[in-house]
Amino acid sequence: MSLQSLRLGYVPLTDAAPLIVAHELGFAAEEGLRLDLVRVQSWAQSRDLLGMGAIDAAHMLVPLPIAQTLGLGPAYPRFDLVMMLSVGGQAIAISQPLADAMRSQGHGFAFDDPISAREALQAVAGGQLRVGVPFPFSTQSELVRRWLDGTLLAPGVTIHTVPPPLMADALAVGEVDAFCVGEPWASYAVERGVGTLLLAGRSIWASPPEKALVLTRDFAESRPDETGRLMRSVWRACRWLDRPDNRGTAAEILSRPEYLNLPPELSERGLLGRLHVSASGEVRHFPGFIRFHDGAVNFPWRSLAALLARRIAAAHGLDLTRAMQQATECFRTDLYRQHLRDAGADLPGASARIEGAMAHPTAVASEKGQMILAPDAFFNGETFDPSFAQR
Amino acid sequence: MARLSIIVVERDRERALRIVDGLMASGDHAITVISEETGLARKIAEQKPDIVLIDVADPSRDVLEELALVSGPMERPVAMFVDRSDEQLTKAAIEAGVSAYVVDGLKPERIKPVLDAAIARFHLFQKMRAELAATKAALEDRKIIDRAKAILMKARGIDEEAAYALLRKTAMDQKRRVADIAQQLVMAAGLLT
Repeated sequence: MSLQSLRLGYVPLTDAAPLIVAHELGFAAEEGLRLDLVRVQSWAQSRDLLGMGAIDAAHMLVPLPIAQTLGLGPAYPRFDLVMMLSVGGQAIAISQPLADAMRSQGHGFAFDDPISAREALQAVAGGQLRVGVPFPFSTQSELVRRWLDGTLLAPGVTIHTVPPPLMADALAVGEVDAFCVGEPWASYAVERGVGTLLLAGRSIWASPPEKALVLTRDFAESRPDETGRLMRSVWRACRWLDRPDNRGTAAEILSRPEYLNLPPELSERGLLGRLHVSASGEVRHFPGFIRFHDGAVNFPWRSLAALLARRIAAAHGLDLTRAMQQATECFRTDLYRQHLRDAGADLPGASARIEGAMAHPTAVASEKGQMILAPDAFFNGETFDPSFAQR
Repeated sequence: MARLSIIVVERDRERALRIVDGLMASGDHAITVISEETGLARKIAEQKPDIVLIDVADPSRDVLEELALVSGPMERPVAMFVDRSDEQLTKAAIEAGVSAYVVDGLKPERIKPVLDAAIARFHLFQKMRAELAATKAALEDRKIIDRAKAILMKARGIDEEAAYALLRKTAMDQKRRVADIAQQLVMAAGLLT
């Protein structure tokens, strides 16, 4: 049987694992697909290649297709987000001078306490904090805002885009004082001795959606067969990735020269939830630091689209209600249901939810009866209720 | 007409010089090359260029994306050229491997000659890169075919010409490239010795 080829773009990060595993472990071939994986160097390039039709699908920051939908990018055909690829995986790191100052005041770098971390940081930051994030439209910038908004430090916080591989350099030369980035680039800065890890993204928001599979609407609707096969193979790769025994193998595969081209020991930290917070080897265990599947990770909740769109719209002077409404339309819960039902995915009864409401794993109604959703609470107990996103 | 202020972001000195040459030929411009990625946003903000040119695959493009978005009312707005003005030109630029960020309101007739010149240069780079890759591949092929020929000559006591003829016939029968057959033979021979 000859395989149907699809070109997929990915940015070299730990969370590109679902696409790489779908290819390397044969989940794509089982669906009759050959994945041609194209390594791209920036989110702008990924967006351009998808927009120009040079790739068929992309591993993308969740807020990026939202920004496109809101008209905050080049005039390309509509993008649709068909499934989530990962939750979590982000870490906040601070510069050595700030870390030293915090230590001398007794901060213990527990890695999971946003409130004590920001109090300690505020005490030494001198009213100013420049924070690096990978892209203007990123879960990282949402996390930083949620964590610091409303504090005394907030007026002095500025957010700057820094490409992930350059984060460590930017911290070392003092271009930024802190950054929030996906693994392995936070661990890379620790390893180089230029930064100390302060917080896991998941300690700020228990389920921060990080990457997604994005297609043009034209492709998703005019080529349903290939779209379905691609989604199923990636979904199975995500399921494989969340079996604990497989994470070490995944780190080995990802680290190869053609993918991340870094020592496996580095990508393993995030995948196993064993982070070194400093170069002296202080280890913090954070179970489920990054998740690819369990707890309904892959479902593209329309309420998440609205939540992320709200801040983007506010920052760019767009009408909030309209922006939230528009954004929900690019989260294709319908395609998710259509294509993944047969693969065995359980499907929630609703397509939107109150974000931030679950402090514990919670059972909800699903097609098969009941499914367990992972906790999604914000550290400060906020919730987000987009009643209009329901459909 | 005022001179256009253009920034070229390019680490490779040789390439940067060629781009500048090409742009100079398209008109009288003030051109600055930035070759270091640290401080990129600050350097560009200070210069207030009309146009920024950068390789499509440069990781620092995301920094420019931010500049294009955050320009407030007090600054000169920057629009991405890959925008609404000229789809054909945009497509040509991306295909050639160059992206351009252009200050909002700059007239298309002023942008086009600059973009055309940049596209021509980047096309040339692509051609050179493709040629280099092809030369390398051809050299590798020749090496492997030579080794396969040597193995055949020794194993079957035939001369070089006959060894090559045998490789070629096998390749044709199997609808494969001669180099692929040679590769397999060399690998198999490696296992047997």
